[in-house]
Amino acid sequence: MHNKTLVELSKALQKGEYSSVELTHHFLDRIKKYDVNINSFITVTDDEALTAAKAADQIIANGDAGLLTGIPLAHKDIFCTHGVKTSCGSKMLDNFIAPYNATVVEKCQAAGMVMLGKTNMDEFAMGSSNETSFYGPVKNPWDIETVPGGSSGGSAAAVAARLAPIATGTDTGGSIRQPAALCGITGLKPTYGRVSRYGMIAFASSLDQAGPMGRSAEDVAHLLNVMSGFDERDSTSLDVPSDDYTANLNDNLAGLKIGLPKEYFAEGLDANVGKALESAIKEFEQAGASLHEISLPNTHLAVPIYYIIAPAECSSNLSRFDGVRFGYRCENPTDLNDLYTRSRGEGFGAEVKRRIMIGAYALSAGYYDAYYLKAQQIRRLISQDFSEAFKQVDVILGPTSPTTAFKIGEKLDDPLTMYLSDIYTIAVNMAGLPAMSIPAGLVEQRPVGLQLIGNYLKEAQLLNVAHQYQQVTDWHKTVPQNFV
Amino acid sequence: MSLLKEEVEKIAHLARISLNEQDIPAYTRNLSDIFAFVEQMNNVDTADIIPMAHPLDATARLRADIVSETNQRDHFQSIAPQVEAGLYLVPKVIE
Repeated sequence: MHNKTLVELSKALQKGEYSSVELTHHFLDRIKKYDVNINSFITVTDDEALTAAKAADQIIANGDAGLLTGIPLAHKDIFCTHGVKTSCGSKMLDNFIAPYNATVVEKCQAAGMVMLGKTNMDEFAMGSSNETSFYGPVKNPWDIETVPGGSSGGSAAAVAARLAPIATGTDTGGSIRQPAALCGITGLKPTYGRVSRYGMIAFASSLDQAGPMGRSAEDVAHLLNVMSGFDERDSTSLDVPSDDYTANLNDNLAGLKIGLPKEYFAEGLDANVGKALESAIKEFEQAGASLHEISLPNTHLAVPIYYIIAPAECSSNLSRFDGVRFGYRCENPTDLNDLYTRSRGEGFGAEVKRRIMIGAYALSAGYYDAYYLKAQQIRRLISQDFSEAFKQVDVILGPTSPTTAFKIGEKLDDPLTMYLSDIYTIAVNMAGLPAMSIPAGLVEQRPVGLQLIGNYLKEAQLLNVAHQYQQVTDWHKTVPQNFV
Repeated sequence: MSLLKEEVEKIAHLARISLNEQDIPAYTRNLSDIFAFVEQMNNVDTADIIPMAHPLDATARLRADIVSETNQRDHFQSIAPQVEAGLYLVPKVIE
C-alpha cells in the first residue's frame, strides 16, 4: 500500500479493497517499525488518526467521499493542531498544546484526510539540515549518517521512507525544496500568499509559504488543490481563485521555453550533481522543450540579504515567546526581566538565538537603513532579474541544492557554510515565486534534486512540467533500500 | 565587521535573551562572520530603488470593524504557565 499513488489509494478505498482504518494502521505500523532509525516524527497521533479514519470510512460508505477522503498524511510540526502538541521543533513549545487549528490543517481535515502525526523540523524552521531540532536530528533514509535537509526534514524523510503517503511543509528560504532534493521526493513551494499562513507558526512573514511534499508531481498537485485558496484570516493571503492543479498535468511540453540561469551552473555546483542535471535536461529537450541560457545577475546577493530580512522578521515574530502566556517559563524568576531573558535564553536553541540577535541588531536604532532597508532594495533587484527572465522563458530550471546530502555534524558549527546550501533556493522566496524540487538522479546512492521555478501563480504549469518528466523517468519511484 | 563582546551583550539585552558567559565568545565570532558576509550588500548601488516589502506589492487588506471572534480566555489560559482569576501572573513589577 505504501508505494501506491494517492489516486491509486483513493480508488482502492472507494472500491472497498481496504478501509481507511486498514490503510492508517499500515502506515502507523511502518512508523513504529522504522521511525526509530530516522526520527522523522515528533508526535504520532495514533488514536486521533484511527478516529479520523473511521469517520472517513463512514463518509466513503455514504458515497460522499472526495479524492483524498481517508488518505493519511503527516503535518510539519509548525502547523497548529487543536488539542495536539505543536512544538515547532523547540524546547520553547515542548509543552504547547495548540488551542486551534491552522487553516491548512482545517482544510485537510475537511477533505477527509487522516493525520498520522507531526513531523520533526529544524527549530522554528531555522536550519538546512534538521540538526537544530530540540528533538534530535532527522536521519536521511538514503543514508542514515547524512542529513535529510531542512527545515522540513521530517516531512521529507517520512515521505521518502514511505511512512506517510504525503506531507505538508513550509518554505522560507528553501525549507520544502532542499529537503525534498536531499531525500529524493517532490516538493512544491507555491506563490507567496497562495496557501494560508494562519496557524502556521511565523518565522519570516514576508517569505513564509506552506506547500505539499509527496512522491510525485501528481500527488503534490492533489494536495495543493486542498491546501490552497484565499483566507481572510491571513492578511497577506492572495485573493485570487485557485486553479485545479491537476488539470494541466498531461499537457505536452512541445514549444515550452526552459531557461537555464548561467549563475546556477557555475562554480560551487558539485560536478556529479551537474552531470545528473544534464541528463535531465536532455529528457526535456526530447519532450519538445527548447533551452535558453538566461542570467539572474543578482543571484549572489540572495543569501546575504536573506540573513538580514529573515532574522529581522524573526526577531519581531519570536518576541511573543516571553514565558508569560504560553510555552516555556524558567524556574523561579527573580523579576520580570529575569523571567523574559531566562525563559528565552533557556527555551531557544543556539541557531534561533543567533538569528534573533542578528535581527535585533539590524533593526536597532541607527542601523535600520543600512541593513533592513538596504536588503529590501536589493530584494527588488533580485525580483526584477526574474521578471526579465520570464519575458524570455516559461520556466527556469536548475539545481535545488549545490550538493547531495552531507554528513550529520559536518556543517553544524559553521553557520555560514550551512547557509550557502540554500544558495539556489533563497532568491525564489525573495521574489515570492512558485518553485518545486523533483528527484533527478542518484550520486553514490544519494538523491539529486532538480529545481523548476515558475512565474507568479503558475503552479499548474510547474506541476505539468514535473509530471511530464516523471512520465519518462523513474527517479521518483526509487525507494531507499532499507524502507522498501 | 567585527563585533566586541560588549556589543554582543548589548544585542542579547535588546533581544531579551540571557547568554551563558562561556557561550559569548562563540556568538561573538559567529555574529561577526555573518555581518561581515552581509557587508557585500554595500557594493550595490540602490539609489532610487523602492524597497520591496511584499512580493506582489500588495497592501494590507482592511475589513469591517466588527466582532469576529468569541471570548475564549479560559481555553487560551489553560496552557499558560501561571494564571489566577483570569490574569496571567508574573513576578511583582511595582513594589
